[in-house]
Amino acid sequence: MAATISKTRIDACFQGLRARGVKGLVVYLTAGDPSLEATGPILASVERGGADLIELGVPFSDPLADGPVIQRASERALRAGTCLRKILEWLPRWREQVKAPILLFTYYNPLLRYGLRAFSADARRAGADGALVVDLTPEEAEVYVSAMREENLDTVFLGAPTTPDDRLARVAALSTGFFYLISRTGVTGERAEIAASAGPLVARARKATALPLAVGFGISRPEHVQQVQSLADAAVVGSAVVHAIEERYGAAGPAAIEAFIRWLKTGEGAKSE
Amino acid sequence: MPNQLNSSPAHGAWPDARGRFGEFGGCFVPETLMHPVEELAEGFEAARRDAAFQAELDRLLRHFAGRPTPLYHAQRLTEHLGGAQIYLKREDLLHTGAHKINNCIGQGLLAKRMGKARVIAETGAGQHGVATATVAALLGLDCTVYMGEEDMARQAPNVFRMRLLGTQVVSVASGSKTLKDAINEGMRDWVTNVHNTHYLMGSVLGPHPYPLMVREFQRIIGKEAREQILTTARRLPNLLVACVGGGSNSIGLFYEFIPDAAVKMVGVEAGGRSLRLGDHAARFAGGKPGVLHGTYTYVLQNDDGLIAPTHSVSAGLDYPAVGPEHSALYREKRAEYTYVSDAEALEAASLLARKEGIIPALESAHALAEVVKRAPHMARDQVILVNLSGRGDKDLGIFQAAGIL
Repeated sequence: MAATISKTRIDACFQGLRARGVKGLVVYLTAGDPSLEATGPILASVERGGADLIELGVPFSDPLADGPVIQRASERALRAGTCLRKILEWLPRWREQVKAPILLFTYYNPLLRYGLRAFSADARRAGADGALVVDLTPEEAEVYVSAMREENLDTVFLGAPTTPDDRLARVAALSTGFFYLISRTGVTGERAEIAASAGPLVARARKATALPLAVGFGISRPEHVQQVQSLADAAVVGSAVVHAIEERYGAAGPAAIEAFIRWLKTGEGAKSE
Repeated sequence: MPNQLNSSPAHGAWPDARGRFGEFGGCFVPETLMHPVEELAEGFEAARRDAAFQAELDRLLRHFAGRPTPLYHAQRLTEHLGGAQIYLKREDLLHTGAHKINNCIGQGLLAKRMGKARVIAETGAGQHGVATATVAALLGLDCTVYMGEEDMARQAPNVFRMRLLGTQVVSVASGSKTLKDAINEGMRDWVTNVHNTHYLMGSVLGPHPYPLMVREFQRIIGKEAREQILTTARRLPNLLVACVGGGSNSIGLFYEFIPDAAVKMVGVEAGGRSLRLGDHAARFAGGKPGVLHGTYTYVLQNDDGLIAPTHSVSAGLDYPAVGPEHSALYREKRAEYTYVSDAEALEAASLLARKEGIIPALESAHALAEVVKRAPHMARDQVILVNLSGRGDKDLGIFQAAGIL
């Protein structure tokens, strides 16, 4: 299980950032919100706006780690008939147009139902680069990790402010590509400021692993992104992007999303373009 | 004692250190909760070895909750059905009106011992919410209860009871607006406030150590019932019957009898309106193994792994997953699982009311409906022991809506 995998698109992404001396922006969006047809152009616009890596959420009926914004996105996606199988069938059509690594962000039960080996094989064929399973910790992840390793897909695990040092090292050891740090205890969602717990967690994680560190949960504005990038290798923005898709995609299309990502990345341009 | 045959030794050892009951159970939670649940498992192990904790638990169970509860020989019901002798374990007579208080006193004391000033809970029928609110008042803990919007409407008296007890009741409008969604919201609160908050889960569900811990606090039901039936009937029962929502009253009754291989056990799930997905909560009839709310167990779901909506006239049984120990007992064939319909449960409730002067909760009425089916086919010298897990005052509005009143 500890076997390493050969260099992935996610590894290359972080090496490229390091070589250029810049920090990364990771963007989350829910696949199928408002429909899978719309998600393709949104993915492309997110990349054009400056996302270095994309987390593609698989909608679930019971997203207990998510706040209201991503819950609503899941509901919209499920109403549009989105499911894991359809996402993996749809993704190859867009993979050529989007160069950024794509990490599937999912709850465990849809994978279990799909079959872990079938999932990893189909995810690789679809052009996904790895997965993050939000309710699967290393203790229960043996079969999943070996299925993913077989397909040379990254397995990203989470570290939290409540994770003690020894556990942080154990979790990071099973993580590949990067290590995802949860900035605060709580569910996903926009916040007014970065949690005070983020800094100490990054410092503890640095001692636990040499992996690139990405910090997410509550990062909603360009100044948050910069603040996190001063601590870690990448900032993850989720709910703020999903909220922008909810509010603007219908009226203004992909261009509005591209502008929003550019605003997050650079602070330039109006948030409400 | 008769029938002291040991069945598979595995039953006594469940769960293992990882919280597994055979292949079921385990711990599937977001990373933020992993260390807190490990601390909870340690805290629970320390508490149950602590004589002072056990003494306080025992004192409150006796003098606050009203244990031991009677084992009542329902002679008129027995006569009416014309078969096996029917005994009722009267958990409905406990303070707050259901077995839920057993677990709430245990976890409430544990929360206090672990320095948590706040408890949160989910509730379906409201019985667990009321029991949690009661124990929070008793122990001076801050309390918030999550309840689906639909359940708040159909179990309104329990909402008023919780509020009177000083608990904040939060209406959950997401998803199916029932127990499953209340648990989602409870987990979201917990992951946010985990430093000062204990999640007081009401059934043998959720991540390890909850299925173990809740069973340990509920097994008093079977411990008492086993002694009582040996004293009064001078024999072990042929059959145990209990309803199964998450499965805490049924595990509570079954657990002490597991080594008694001659004692059959049947768990009764909610058959709802029909066996079409979405119309019932019969997990063993319509579900497949999967992960929901932290545990690997039988779950009602579609082919894409999305959790299915459920229906039952009884809010306490209206939930898509079953406690993992039940999945293990099912897999090992140590217990049998069946279901009865909404209509059968309502009918059994009015039968008990008229024959015995006891109005059961609609949850418990599911167990009684199975007794109505089986007792006539059993001999008069055979014994059925049924867990009357709660009283039915809360369900009067549902009886009325069903045209029974």
